[in-house]
Amino acid sequence: MTHLLASIDLAYWQSTLIKLIVTAILVPTTALILGIVFLFKVMSWMQSRKGPQEAGPRGLLQLLADGAKFVQKEDIIPDKADRFVFKTAPLVVLMSTLLLYVVLPASQHLVVENLDVGIFYALAVSSLSVIGILMAGWASANKYSLMGALRAGGQLIAYELPMVLAVVGVVIQAGTLSLNGIVEAQANGAIFGFSALGNPYILTQFVGFFIFLAAVQAELTQTPFDMPVAESEIVGGYQVEYSGFRFLFFFLAEFATAFVFAGIAATLFLGGYWFPGIDTSSNAYWLIGPAVLFTKIMLVAFLIFWVRFTYPRFREDQLQAFAWKWLIPIALLNILATGIFKVVF
Amino acid sequence: MAQVPGLIKGLGVTFGEMVKTLKPDSRGGGPVTVDYPHVKEDPAPRARGVIALHEENCTACMLCSRECPDWCIYIEAHKYLAPPRREGGKPRQKNALDRFDIDFSLCMYCGICVEVCPFDALFWSPEYEYSEPRIADLLHDKSRLGEWMETVPDFEAYEAGSDQKVKKVPS
Repeated sequence: MTHLLASIDLAYWQSTLIKLIVTAILVPTTALILGIVFLFKVMSWMQSRKGPQEAGPRGLLQLLADGAKFVQKEDIIPDKADRFVFKTAPLVVLMSTLLLYVVLPASQHLVVENLDVGIFYALAVSSLSVIGILMAGWASANKYSLMGALRAGGQLIAYELPMVLAVVGVVIQAGTLSLNGIVEAQANGAIFGFSALGNPYILTQFVGFFIFLAAVQAELTQTPFDMPVAESEIVGGYQVEYSGFRFLFFFLAEFATAFVFAGIAATLFLGGYWFPGIDTSSNAYWLIGPAVLFTKIMLVAFLIFWVRFTYPRFREDQLQAFAWKWLIPIALLNILATGIFKVVF
Repeated sequence: MAQVPGLIKGLGVTFGEMVKTLKPDSRGGGPVTVDYPHVKEDPAPRARGVIALHEENCTACMLCSRECPDWCIYIEAHKYLAPPRREGGKPRQKNALDRFDIDFSLCMYCGICVEVCPFDALFWSPEYEYSEPRIADLLHDKSRLGEWMETVPDFEAYEAGSDQKVKKVPS
C-alpha cells in the first residue's frame, strides 16, 4: 500500500485540494457527531429523557434538521454594529478550529501537515479564537455581548496557561514537540520494563491530564466554565446578536473544537492512533489509525461532556481563583516532578 | 479540597442516571418521558387540564369572572321571572345565562374560578389536547365548556375516618 501511495506523485495544488475537501467534509461531520451523540443523546439519558426520536432512525438526524433551520433564518445585523467586524468574527473563530485540525495525526502519514513543533502550533492557534470572540462581542454594539466577550477574554487567557503547562510535562517526558513523535514515544515506552501496553502518558502524567481537561473545558466555554455565554446572567454573551448561519458557525466551531481538543488530549495522554501490539510504522494504520483515534476521542469527549452535564456554573471570581491558585501551581509542580524524574531515571 | 468528594459524587449521580435510563429493568428506571404523539401521557386525575362548566348550576353570580386574575371569563346574563313555587306566591326572579366564555389563551390555570364558585358549576378536567391553529379558537363558549363535563373525574374519597361527605360531580 505504501508503494502504491508513494508511486502517486501529486502536485502541490492537487494534494492541497484533496486536503481542503477532506477537511471541509470532516470538520462539520465531527461537530455533528459530538452534537448528536453527546449534546442530544447522552445529555438526555443523564436527565432521564430519551432525546430526539422523530428525525431519522432514533432521531439521529435531528441536528441536520436544526442546521437546516438555522440556514433558513434571517441574518440580522444590528444597526449600530460594526458590520465588517461583526461578519468576520464567526469566521475567525471557525478558522482557529480548522487550523487545529492541521496537526492532529490519524496515523503516521494521515495528517494534514506533520509539523515538528505540532503541539506548540496547536496551542498557539487555539488561542486565536479569543480574538474572534472579542471581535464578536465588541462589534455587536450590545452591552451583554461586550460583557460576555470580556469574560471570555479573561477566562481563555487564564486557562491558556495551565493548558500549556500541563502539556509541558508530556513534552518533557516524550522529548519532542511533534505529535507524531509523542505518539511514538508512548508506543515505544515501557512501564517498569513491561512494554506490551507501551506507556500511555495518562499513567505518569495523570495530573497533567486532569489539568488539561479542566483547561479544555474552559477553552470551550462549557459548563461549569460557561460564564461568557451564561444565558441567565448576560443573556447569551457574545452570541446575543448572532442569528442564522453566523450563529451556526459559532456552534460548529464549539463542537469541532471540542472534538479536536479531545483528539489532542487522546494523542498526548492515551497514545493517539497507536493500538497496543502494532508498531506505529505499520501499514495497518492507514485503516485502523483513524478508527482507534476516533474511539479514544469519543472516550475523552465523554469525559468532557459528562462534566458539562453534571456541574453548575462557577462564579467569575471562583473561576479565576481556580485557574491561578490551583491549576497553575499544580501544573508547575507537575513540571518540576516530571523534570526530576526525567533526570534521575 | 473539601469539595472533591462531592464533585465525584455528582459525576456518579449523572452516570447512574444514564445507566438507569438506558437499562430500565436494572433498578426500575427507564426514561420518565413518553413518545408523546405516539404514546399518550397519563395525567394525574386532579391535573388542571381544562375547566368544565355545568351550566344548570350556574346562576351568573359573576364571582368567578371577578376573581379571575387575568379577566379571561366573559359572562352575560339576563333576568326573567319564573312562576311562583306555591299557589298565590310572588313570581321569582332568576338569572338566565346567555354567554359563558373562557379564553384559554389568557387563562393561567390558577383554578381560582373553580375554588370560588359557590354553586359547584365549574370543575377541573385533566384533558389537555385542545390546542388550535388559530389563537381565537381557544375561546371556549358555554357549549364547549359543557362538553368537558364528561371528562371530569369523580372526587376522591377523604382519608379514613373523615366525617366529610365526598362531593359528587353533577352529571
